[in-house]
Amino acid sequence: MAEISELSLSLRLFLKAYRWRRIDPVPHTPLRKPLHEAKIALVSTAGLVAPDQPPFDEHVKGGDTSYRELSNDIDVRTLIDTHRSTSYDHAGIESNPNLGFPLDRVRELASDGEIGSLNHRHFSLMGSITAPGRLIVQSAPIVAQSLADDGVDAALLVPV
Amino acid sequence: MCNQAVSLIAAELERRGVATVCLMLLREVAQKVQPPRALFVPFAHGYALGAAHDAELQREVIMAALRLLSRDDVPVLEDFAR
Repeated sequence: MAEISELSLSLRLFLKAYRWRRIDPVPHTPLRKPLHEAKIALVSTAGLVAPDQPPFDEHVKGGDTSYRELSNDIDVRTLIDTHRSTSYDHAGIESNPNLGFPLDRVRELASDGEIGSLNHRHFSLMGSITAPGRLIVQSAPIVAQSLADDGVDAALLVPV
Repeated sequence: MCNQAVSLIAAELERRGVATVCLMLLREVAQKVQPPRALFVPFAHGYALGAAHDAELQREVIMAALRLLSRDDVPVLEDFAR
């Protein structure tokens, strides 16, 4: 289990003083159709990129809030872990990127009829964003509007 | 930080008409940030889906999360249990 107490002392001290952004009021959209008819998209903050995409930049102050589009037909095994955080073990995601971007699993669920379909694209970001202002005013609205425009019914969001 | 980032993106999706569910690795952060619908998973950072080569467990986590999409009593925070 992930516990704040397991993180390094410097990170714990940082988190102790950190002011988390509270979502209030909590927005809410009901799922418009049964899951087995719904179009699903993935959003991952595991810092994964396709081989032809630039890596996320760990040197951006406050966090790199850029995003990458990942095509639904991508081979998950080719995704590259460009998240440079040392606060977690990268071995799992490096050996199987589905741990951070479970596209193969949702493909299986779509093929089994558990979910309706998958969107033609998904989104990848890098989650070490300590200053989320730019995420809130720039990247999140673009990602959200893109998926809304695609007619996506529901998104599964996966942190690292 | 990842937990906060996915929560903030989820909120923006919900505002624009897309239902969401987030996996959450830190219960404390989920409680503070309040993503609309969240499944707390008892796994280490880097292992939100459970284990690298356990496809069955990964599918179970995803289905447990997706089932929360039917919930409208936001904020929803449930625990994953096998």
